[in-house]
Amino acid sequence: MLDHWLYIGLFFFVAMLLPGAAIFIASILAPKKPNPIKSSPYECGIETVGESRIQFKAQYYIYALVFLIFEVEAVFLFPWAAAYNQLTLFMVVEGLIFVLILVGGLLYAWKKGALEWR
Amino acid sequence: MPNFWSDPVGFLIQWLTNLLTGLGLSPELVKFLLAFLGAALLPLMAMLFVVFLIWYERKLYARMQDRFGPNRLGPWGIFQTFADMGKIFTKEIITPAGVDLIPFNLAPILAVGAVLLVWAVMPLAPRIVGVDLSVGLIFVIAAGGFGELAIMLAGWGSNNKYALLGGFRAVALLLSYEVPMVIAMLIPAMLAGSLNLVEIVASQDVPYLLLAPVAALIFFITQVAESGRAPFDLVEAESELVAGYNTEYSGLKFGMFYVAEFLHAFTSSMLFVTLFLGGYRGPFANEFPLLGLVYLMVKTFIVYFVTILFRGALPRFRIDQMLDLNWKVLTPLILAMVFVTALVDKIVVQAGGPLLVRTIVLFVVNMLIFWFSSKLLQRNVRPPRRKVSVQRPLATANVTPSASQGQDNLSA
Repeated sequence: MLDHWLYIGLFFFVAMLLPGAAIFIASILAPKKPNPIKSSPYECGIETVGESRIQFKAQYYIYALVFLIFEVEAVFLFPWAAAYNQLTLFMVVEGLIFVLILVGGLLYAWKKGALEWR
Repeated sequence: MPNFWSDPVGFLIQWLTNLLTGLGLSPELVKFLLAFLGAALLPLMAMLFVVFLIWYERKLYARMQDRFGPNRLGPWGIFQTFADMGKIFTKEIITPAGVDLIPFNLAPILAVGAVLLVWAVMPLAPRIVGVDLSVGLIFVIAAGGFGELAIMLAGWGSNNKYALLGGFRAVALLLSYEVPMVIAMLIPAMLAGSLNLVEIVASQDVPYLLLAPVAALIFFITQVAESGRAPFDLVEAESELVAGYNTEYSGLKFGMFYVAEFLHAFTSSMLFVTLFLGGYRGPFANEFPLLGLVYLMVKTFIVYFVTILFRGALPRFRIDQMLDLNWKVLTPLILAMVFVTALVDKIVVQAGGPLLVRTIVLFVVNMLIFWFSSKLLQRNVRPPRRKVSVQRPLATANVTPSASQGQDNLSA
């Protein structure tokens, strides 16, 4: 078990190292001639007006919030799925009642208009 | 000592262990070195494989558009990608003014690293797998989340409005599509009764495509969306956002996003094959693992081919259409599928139905739900098509000059 996570740790290290090393090599090979025009933010040739990090629509936030609810649901359902072969019909129905509650949540969000793009 | 043909990796590990302990190294150190070697070889191979993937995709994409694609360097232009690599390595890496340096530099590395991480748990052939992790499926989801994080970091760190808009869209779209994707992954896990990818493959005596076709379809659609390609490439929609989140990237940092996209498309095809098409399984795969690798690659390339057809054939969605598709079609449908699959499968298994009966029942139930939901969609979503009341005049051979130059007949 520990060996598995050792391997994952090493794999993570190598997976991050490979692109990092490639970018490092490229940054040595590549020419470096910065000038103010070249390093200004790209906006189709027009000078940037105001702050680049603009305010965003609240709608994005609502989608992220709905996502969070469903992702938490999925986390709770995975152990249930993994144990599915040992479950009796009654236990399966119990899991499904949990799904139904979340379907209710989805319908509520839908009814409230949280899923409309405005 | 294991036989090379029945267990190549085990054979190599045994051979190297004997060699290194013979040199006088301690067993723990040998174990660590071998784990490091395995962990280094797999991502390296995946990265090199991208070179081929880029060529394959450019060639096919060109064929769909009635072009030749790369055809100058080597036979069928197969060395084109190497030339591109040589070029992109020597391109200037511009760091624009005002960027947030840590997210800006971290994003391309994370984007590639996240995709590579999936290869750690992917069963490539019988007894050939990076690591036989008991929570493999959750690991895959977590690694996918890393990729989305990279896109958000790139959008936020770039100090550019287009990039930031791309990042916002990533939040809305990629996160949203993760919901049906994760729930679709639940169904193979449920049918196999395990979160271990090796066990999921091993339990597919019948490919889960037949037991859960609707879940497979939804998983496929969400995977195309997750890899950020057409028709779901709103995150980098070039006609609206210049290039979306990677607008400010240049040189190899841009190249890394490119690599990540291609590798993601291929890796998700491979994940689809693993979960729904029986992975490496095929005749004689268990006796000769290398044959299993061939089966896996053939199946993966077929699925990958379909994603390229998708990319070439379909126009881009609008953002509200895409979110509606996700939240109002795919999510309710996959929740219904979880519900019905769990219940029906349990009832059939408890009634003592053999695998054949189970397959037929689940397939029929899937088809019924798909048919019902498509009827529901047709009734509620698509506005009825209006019939054109006025018949357009057909062109005939003896058209008089006055008719062809006269008033516009269509307005009548």
